[in-house]
Amino acid sequence: MITMSIIAVENLKKYYKDVKAVDGISFKVNEGEVFGFLGPNGAGKTTTIKMLVTLLKSTEGTAKIVGNDINKEPDKVRNNIGIVFQDPALDDRLTGRENLDFHARMYGMKKEKREERIKEVLKLVDLEEKANVLVKNYSGGMKRRLEIARGLMHFPKILFLDEPTIGLDPQTRRSVWDYIKNLNEKEKITIFLTTHYMDEADYLCNKVAIIDYGKILVIDTPLKLKSQIGKDVITIGCSNGELCADLLKKEKWVESIKIHDSNVTIGAKEIEKKLPLIIKLAEKNRIKIKSIDIRKPTLEDVFLYYTGRKIREQEADISERFKRRFR
Amino acid sequence: MKIFNYQAIYVIWLRQLKRFVRDRGRFISNFIQPFFFLSVLGFGLGSTMIPGLPSGIRFIDILAPGIIAMSIMFPSVFIGLSILWDRQFGFLQEVLVAPVSRLSIIIGTTLGGATIAIIQGFIVLFISLLLGVNFNLSLLLALVPIFMLLTSFVAIGIGLIIASKMQSIEGFQFIVSLFVFPLLFLSSPFSTLQASPELLRNIAFIDPITYGIDGLRATLIGYSYFPIYIDFAVLIFLSVLTMSLGSYFFSKSEV
Repeated sequence: MITMSIIAVENLKKYYKDVKAVDGISFKVNEGEVFGFLGPNGAGKTTTIKMLVTLLKSTEGTAKIVGNDINKEPDKVRNNIGIVFQDPALDDRLTGRENLDFHARMYGMKKEKREERIKEVLKLVDLEEKANVLVKNYSGGMKRRLEIARGLMHFPKILFLDEPTIGLDPQTRRSVWDYIKNLNEKEKITIFLTTHYMDEADYLCNKVAIIDYGKILVIDTPLKLKSQIGKDVITIGCSNGELCADLLKKEKWVESIKIHDSNVTIGAKEIEKKLPLIIKLAEKNRIKIKSIDIRKPTLEDVFLYYTGRKIREQEADISERFKRRFR
Repeated sequence: MKIFNYQAIYVIWLRQLKRFVRDRGRFISNFIQPFFFLSVLGFGLGSTMIPGLPSGIRFIDILAPGIIAMSIMFPSVFIGLSILWDRQFGFLQEVLVAPVSRLSIIIGTTLGGATIAIIQGFIVLFISLLLGVNFNLSLLLALVPIFMLLTSFVAIGIGLIIASKMQSIEGFQFIVSLFVFPLLFLSSPFSTLQASPELLRNIAFIDPITYGIDGLRATLIGYSYFPIYIDFAVLIFLSVLTMSLGSYFFSKSEV
């Protein structure tokens, strides 16, 4: 028997006047997975999520969520999914409990079921004691947790999280991660999340799709993605990156190589043992080495490998992309 | 898809009311503003005569229905603003992504706004009583809530139309002072149509609020320009028109 994918996306596109926000993506998510969309801001992550949750119409292509078509059966799709938006979407003049009650009634839940479920989800995110406090008195982390609880109210099969920890301090991020992990394990719920944090994708996801300029570059488990780069990674800052890379390309032990400005990043096994070799090679060819950084590969290295850029560098041109998109 | 989701309509209505009751500042200013309008204008200008008034009807009696209409009109128009507010703060997404028809969302929002508007209308009515406005004790008083409701619907419709064409809260405020204030002032809340110069009167005829105020005058003090059924018919027509347009534009708008 073939296992059904709980999300199946086929050649999904969203074009604005002259911007291809999402440019023909296809992927499948299996039941019970934590699937991550990793990419810089403006890569098309939020646009994709908005199409999947039926808030935006696709220009072309479609997707099936739990077997229902997002364009043809939006209501069935909506009943099967919970969503935590990128920007907080709570009414801060209502209490936590009232926000949950609002949601439950919007989804047509009966009174008893409603009250029982509110208790359950509050417990799940440890907000029982704050349930009757106005949301405007909540901290950022508490608001996020309440939104996660709300997303779960109507027993969805999939929970969509758009940048779940954006704007939270490191400690709170860690705790939100643990809640998400816990949900996936205890409630057996499939999770689709977008993020531009490498560590978040690495920590939470069973499978990661790297997306840039509206296209998926690669989909795999974080472990496999990282091991493509090599067991270890070294970044050498030197006076002549091109030459340095050319020389190193000829070495057999080099598993992957990427130039980035005057930096060369190499992936290989037991790289610390190759260090003397690299330095010797550089000296022989009169290349000055300015810095050396040895580490285990991260998804940042994977991103760099596939795009030739670091994810952070794109932040600078967000506002430019933003303007282009919304003009 | 069901067209009417009653639970959703109810909870959207309930949310509006909770927000209204919890906003103390707004609640208090709802008392104070009409009180000043009525007492300062009513008594300060009390001795000025509007020509053509029948005996027994004073300036403050003419003024009270105008101020009541004003206190209904503003919260109603501002329902549009509350939608923009929800859009800005993300809550609108939570509403729009629920398996609920857009029509139910609009009905819930409208009923919430109308309820608040009518509560405010009655607050001002009560203040007018305290200030000694002579209301005409007749069966027509029973029609007062209906005229309040219709005035509110027209204004909500106008608010929805503005909101669906505006992207920002600042833009809404601008349109309100450009468009909504004139709507109020041209409807002769502080005077009578009978005493208005012909030009102003003709302009007032195309102002929806005119019929709200005139209807309220007919029912409250028994003195109006149009017969009561004309006010009623025009208001019904206008509320259907503005509400349908407002709902249509709203349902077309994307998040």
